[in-house]
Amino acid sequence: MLAESLALSAVLFTIGVVGVLTRRNAIIIFMCVELMLNAVNLTFVAFSRFYGAEGQVFVVFVMTVAAAEAAVGLAIIIAIFRHRQTVSLQNINLLKG
Amino acid sequence: MQQHYPLFYTFHFYFFGVVAIASALAFVTRKSPVAAALWLVNTMFSLSAIFVLLDAQFIGVMQVLVYAGAIMVVFLFVIMLLNLGHPSEIADTRGKWPVFAASLIGIAMLSMIMSISRGRIAADFQVPVGFAAQQMEKYGAVGTVARPLFNEYLLAFELTSILLLVAIAGAVVLGRRKTADAR
Repeated sequence: MLAESLALSAVLFTIGVVGVLTRRNAIIIFMCVELMLNAVNLTFVAFSRFYGAEGQVFVVFVMTVAAAEAAVGLAIIIAIFRHRQTVSLQNINLLKG
Repeated sequence: MQQHYPLFYTFHFYFFGVVAIASALAFVTRKSPVAAALWLVNTMFSLSAIFVLLDAQFIGVMQVLVYAGAIMVVFLFVIMLLNLGHPSEIADTRGKWPVFAASLIGIAMLSMIMSISRGRIAADFQVPVGFAAQQMEKYGAVGTVARPLFNEYLLAFELTSILLLVAIAGAVVLGRRKTADAR
């Protein structure tokens, strides 16, 4: 089941990457990042089944970081929305060279 | 490493795997942010089932509680607060060529990760077959995670609390409405 889990994790991670590259809504891009984190968690759990329980500890850390990231990121999105009345990345291009 | 799995186990593993991939695909293609969020919740539920199948019951519960229960609710809250629930022009995808290029990048990346995951793992890292199941029997589902967390990784665990504190402070500062005399 290790190979199958790794394949599933790779597919989910790739779907997340393609979502980040193709969507314009900042909130959906954030959710794609969460999907990528979930795929990595699946890798950790799959390895922890065969190579010791430390992988599950890292999953706990990844979840904590994901929660912190969601809180700060969504606060940034709210601040941007207050400023520009949109969350579309088409209109938020101040740092574009 | 070759183990025999019962049909029940294999069937559920593939079932939840297919559900997870299908929900993830539905998630990236939905126009409405609310529908996308709900499909992502479905993906997380199937992943939690797979965690349970992989002998990580505690992580499966955390997945449902923290990811589906807390993080996704925060996302839905923000969608509701900003009134973004309508599939309007902001929710659309990029044009035809960016989507095509992104799919190419995705295929390249997928093949890369697949080939990496086929690599051999050094013998130093290998543990006896059934090691995780033994630990699970000895310490229980929570103890298996808690013992390394509070022994070897105690410092990292404590630092995590600082990270969370900083995140809370940052979210409050960023989300605060600035009054007229603030600056």
